[in-house]
Amino acid sequence: MSDKTFTPPSAPLPVNGEGESGATRTPPLHLMERGPGGEALYLILARVGNIVLALVIFVICWIGLAAYLDREIMPYPWEVLPVFVTEMQGDLWDHTVTSAGRVLKAIGVAVLLATPTGMGLGQIRVLNRIFSPLIGLVHPIPKIVFLPVILVILGVGEASKVFLIALILFFQILVVVRDEAASLRPELIQSVRSLGAGRRALFRYVYLPASLPAVLTALRVSVGTAIAVLFIAEQYSTRQGLGYYIVTLTWQRLRYERMYAGILAMSLLGLALYVVVDVLERIVGRWRRAGEF
Amino acid sequence: MITIHHLTFRYGPRATPVFQDFDWHVAPGEAWSIIGPSGCGKTTLLTLIAGLRRATAGTIHVGDTLIRRPRPETGLILQDYGLLPWATVWDNVALGLRVRRFYGPDGKHAPRAESPPSRQDARQRVEHWLRRLNIYPQRHKFPGAISGGQRQRTAIARTLALQPDLLLMDEPFSSLDAPTREDLQNLVLSLQAEMDLTSVIVTHAIEEAAILGRRILVLRDPPNTAPVIVPNPGAGLPGYRATPEFLAQCNELRHLLGLTI
Repeated sequence: MSDKTFTPPSAPLPVNGEGESGATRTPPLHLMERGPGGEALYLILARVGNIVLALVIFVICWIGLAAYLDREIMPYPWEVLPVFVTEMQGDLWDHTVTSAGRVLKAIGVAVLLATPTGMGLGQIRVLNRIFSPLIGLVHPIPKIVFLPVILVILGVGEASKVFLIALILFFQILVVVRDEAASLRPELIQSVRSLGAGRRALFRYVYLPASLPAVLTALRVSVGTAIAVLFIAEQYSTRQGLGYYIVTLTWQRLRYERMYAGILAMSLLGLALYVVVDVLERIVGRWRRAGEF
Repeated sequence: MITIHHLTFRYGPRATPVFQDFDWHVAPGEAWSIIGPSGCGKTTLLTLIAGLRRATAGTIHVGDTLIRRPRPETGLILQDYGLLPWATVWDNVALGLRVRRFYGPDGKHAPRAESPPSRQDARQRVEHWLRRLNIYPQRHKFPGAISGGQRQRTAIARTLALQPDLLLMDEPFSSLDAPTREDLQNLVLSLQAEMDLTSVIVTHAIEEAAILGRRILVLRDPPNTAPVIVPNPGAGLPGYRATPEFLAQCNELRHLLGLTI
């Protein structure tokens, strides 16, 4: 009798969860059978699926928090979203454009100054020996502490904000490009020189393409910090920008839905910059995935 | 082709000179090997001729040019290929031609006589050398995605696309497996036969020196003062590897290098 109660199940049980992990890694059969195209489609669908899943979890957490707090400072997503849409058709759009412009200008200035400097430091050992201790000293200082000084010297206009962000990005890019340029093998330089390349051609054909991925890596890592600093910088003596919109125009006037619309705009600005840099980095760094060399 | 006159070279003011009052002459069209133990200065000599290092004293002439910087008509091939890892095989082979277009015929970075190749011309030359070296199917790949032999073929194609009259090679096949190495050695032999090319190949492999050099320069522990030259007329003849002369030649080199057989 007892033998019959313990009849083994028709399907073998997965051992150590092997069956489960195997099932999640291989695409479902009906998609695989379409060949390599089907597999690519599956990868794209999986990616979109992940993003949708992340959004759903994010919104659920938001709703949960709003329900738990039950205060005016924490509105529900459906209260914020319509305000975001209408505000984006008016003032909020202008503030977003202003902030985006400041970040982009700072990125441009920092890249144009830090890339050649980093390449020079990486390749000319004497310069590196002189300036590396100085960079090591200045790099870890949180640049935001210079905000009062910069405001006094550069004034309350556009220049002070762009300068502050550019200052942060400058050191990040400088250090990464310097290390990248220093790591170029001397054999590579020698053989390109033997093809006739002098200093100018070396910069054009070796140092520049070698440091481009490094510049993008530095940007991807530091663009978040740059926007955070912009948020603070825009609270002082300006009437334009998302920092001003979120703190002065909405928060201090208790317009919480609008404040969240501003927060949403700033988040999307950060996300957009990150995605653009990330995609560029993948394109420029395609060769890295070709294998060790 | 190469005239070295009273060459002295040392790495530091107090270091033992690698070369002291060293004379050497290479006639146009000759195929030379340089062999010696590690640290004997064979790579140093090659980089001096390539213009990547400056002599402490004495002069090096290649053709009519006193060597102070890389000479545009000299091709150089290194053991670790020196390819741009971020550029495809095609772009790597085209690099030298692009550098020439970049400068124009200034005589310093590109030959003065030759006007830089047009875009169309450059494309044809790149394609020709890719096909000649059997790497045309790999032209869209990055160096990281091809084999060691294909990488060295890419480096050779890049150098030959500039139509050099002197080809310097520094242990070009040392990091390759035996069949690939032999394959590329045969390629170099056929290139030597079909082109008007003077070649100098540095190697630490005795067999390679005997296969590729019709004359062999033996260097020993520094300072090198007078060149030791071994004639090797059989190099380049078909089937030379299998002949008793080849074995005798290798044994003579072993003897000169102080090795017991």
